[in-house]
Amino acid sequence: MTTNGKPKFAMYWAASCGGCEIAVLNIGEKILDVDANFEVAFWPVAMDAKYKDVEAMEDGAILLTLFNGGIRNEENAEIARLLRRKSQILVAFGSCACEGCIPGLANLSKPQDVLDTVYSTVSTDNPNAVRPQYHYQMPEGVIHIPTFYPVLKTLDQVVDVDYYMPGCPPESHQIAAVIDLVIKVLHGEAQLPAKGATIGAGNSTVCDDCPRARNVKLIKKFVRIQDVPELDPHLCLLEQGVPCNGPATRNGCGALCPQAGAQCIGCYGPAEGVIDYGARLITAFASVIDSNDPAEIERILDGIPDPAGQFYRFNLAGSLLRAAKPAWQGKL
Amino acid sequence: MQRITIDPITRLEGHGKIEIFLNEDGEVANTYFQIPELRGFERFCLGRPVEEMPLLTNRICGVCPEAHHMAAAKAADAVYKVDPPSAAKKLRELLYMGFYFTDHTTHFYALGGPDFVMGPNAPVAERNILGIIHKVGLEIGGKVIQARKYGHHIVEIIGGRKVHPCTSIPGGLTKGITEEQRQEIEQIGRWAVDFAQFSLQLFADIVLGNKEYVDLILGDIYTHKTYSMGLVDENNHVNFYDGKVSVVAPDGERIGKYAPHEYTDWVAERVEPWTYLKFPYLKKVGWKGFVDGKDSGVYFATPLSRLNAADGMATPKAQEHYERFYATLGGKPVHQRLAIHWARLIELLYAAEHIVELATDPEITSPHVHNVPKEKPSEGVSIVEAPRGTLTHHYKTDERGLLTEVNLIVGTTNNYAPISMSIKKAAQSLIKKGTVVNEGLLNMVEMAFRAYDPCFGCATHSLPGQMPLEVTIRDAQGNPVEVLRQFC
Ligand code: SF4
Ligand code: SF4
Repeated sequence: MTTNGKPKFAMYWAASCGGCEIAVLNIGEKILDVDANFEVAFWPVAMDAKYKDVEAMEDGAILLTLFNGGIRNEENAEIARLLRRKSQILVAFGSCACEGCIPGLANLSKPQDVLDTVYSTVSTDNPNAVRPQYHYQMPEGVIHIPTFYPVLKTLDQVVDVDYYMPGCPPESHQIAAVIDLVIKVLHGEAQLPAKGATIGAGNSTVCDDCPRARNVKLIKKFVRIQDVPELDPHLCLLEQGVPCNGPATRNGCGALCPQAGAQCIGCYGPAEGVIDYGARLITAFASVIDSNDPAEIERILDGIPDPAGQFYRFNLAGSLLRAAKPAWQGKL
Repeated sequence: MQRITIDPITRLEGHGKIEIFLNEDGEVANTYFQIPELRGFERFCLGRPVEEMPLLTNRICGVCPEAHHMAAAKAADAVYKVDPPSAAKKLRELLYMGFYFTDHTTHFYALGGPDFVMGPNAPVAERNILGIIHKVGLEIGGKVIQARKYGHHIVEIIGGRKVHPCTSIPGGLTKGITEEQRQEIEQIGRWAVDFAQFSLQLFADIVLGNKEYVDLILGDIYTHKTYSMGLVDENNHVNFYDGKVSVVAPDGERIGKYAPHEYTDWVAERVEPWTYLKFPYLKKVGWKGFVDGKDSGVYFATPLSRLNAADGMATPKAQEHYERFYATLGGKPVHQRLAIHWARLIELLYAAEHIVELATDPEITSPHVHNVPKEKPSEGVSIVEAPRGTLTHHYKTDERGLLTEVNLIVGTTNNYAPISMSIKKAAQSLIKKGTVVNEGLLNMVEMAFRAYDPCFGCATHSLPGQMPLEVTIRDAQGNPVEVLRQFC
């Protein structure tokens, strides 16, 4: 591998949707700053990807690695361990790597049920109940696919992580700001934040960035967005009964969804200092309910059709729960 | 038996992996294209409220979240039997055209195009967007970046976010657009029409003007006579957002058109034990293995199949190119897979023209963009054309609208069998006894599937067609004797 004296940069995708990569590509001209200040050592989407060259590097040879995607199979975990060894700074980039994201909802099911569902859907013609085999003997030889893990893991459940950059995907202006910061650090003009910090996001909640008015009006029931004839475009969605995740979610996106008339679904993960996202959100919901009677509050909260999804939509894998009981019964 | 493994080394098998087995004579005995990843959306969407599906299924693929957003919104409409106001349907379609414009541009200039513009034997380091810029000028690089930005901007204006839009709900949208936004979109559309025409001209000059490339397109290596599939409107014109699925036989005969809710009569999926991805095929014809012809249920679903399955394009300029396309390539249907790249540019022009049409529709700024569902939710199916193939979402819910069954047949999956066949045929044609497997040759194997713009993104999340490869040639004992690598 040629070196040009510049520090090395890497970006990698594990079990991701590719949206994080698109978000990075969407920073446009800023990408040239990355090129000017770093040697891009490993970035499958953008350049010749020399996995073996990464293996051959000395430990710690890469200054900065942005790692996106969750850990869904043994191969994802293997590359996470490799990049951890080779990187001085490893960033869990995007919701999947930070907290599991939507695919982490698989942790509500037994892994066998995931496979059984996929390979027996209504259009699947599978009378012999064939399932993918990790090692399969074809007439010409044995071929392999990686082992499916019982649960989806976050990056920090597999390796040590230095920083977290939330968002599904992180917004491009935040990515650009982080790149600016790192470049300043390189030039001795700024300091890195403390290890374990969340970067590229704010320190409060989506509500703080949301222009909708909050009057702390109290609600009698939760409604589903499609059932509302006309939402007030200027009033807090939660106060109109729509279960908006803004109060528990970290700010950073600029409250995009509520501004587009949709509830925040929580893609920036738990707000600063929130240990259990679901618990925080329940508290926030309870606080807008017009009642002091615990039984009635309970009943109104029951109006939320899918509590597991509502309270742990993006962060189940990274939450204290990590997985529901059926999934735990597989080996973790 | 010798074995050649073509492995995307960046994530080991993360994107897909090709095993090529050679026989005793050093010729290709068989090839296996494996998809080694699964996330299981059909399972973990169960129990979720159906109105969240446009948000949850976005996360299947960050390359084409708009396709899942649209398919999910339409399936949720169907679950509630609610018909969105016509302005809402037009806005969704407008968002979708913006997405198509960005996506087709990206594929042509960054992924598929370099094979042609630079030539399949060009050094790896030049077969990319930078190579194109060097060859045809810096100005075009700026235009490509601009085209990507513009398309995403339309998505953001209507969908609320650039990646993973959030505004489609059962019965319509959470918001409309303002007159200023409409004007902005109209301007983008006019620019887009020019850009698409420019791209078609570039293709004509560089590719069609070069006999070597034309021979490559028309040659047998990249030809497969399978069924063609594509969504069409009531005039049998190509449509991305709505309509019926037209199915055309290898000889050009239309064997029928199906509405979304009839899809299980037409399509079935086969499970093979050596890969995570299923193989869809035409149920009415049946699975006969990885073979061509009218008796084999293998079909393809790409820009080319959409052109084959339709009678024309709905916009005038795209229609002119449609006619020229078939006149040049010897009539319908066209089976040469490399013609997919040309077909994609014709679709690019259609998307651009349609942006202008929709943006100048007097209704488009209507504030009435949502109808409250009145019926009990139960079951719904929807189909849109994702850039990489016909996308089907099928939901069943309980009476609260919580999902009890989910079935998804995503764009690229449709093409799993034909891609596998194209790889095998290309490998068989190009790897002969005594042939040194060099980089250019491997790229030509890879071109076989890059034409389909395979976004195993939907399955494995690589950018479409981005497949860094590693080839290991093994002796009869399985020991590697040579390792070759390339990135495309
Ligand atoms: S709850 Fe939602 S709508 Fe209300 S202020 Fe917070 S982010 Fe905005
Ligand atoms: S509003 Fe919520 S769901 Fe929407 S982008 Fe921001 S954090 Fe993500």
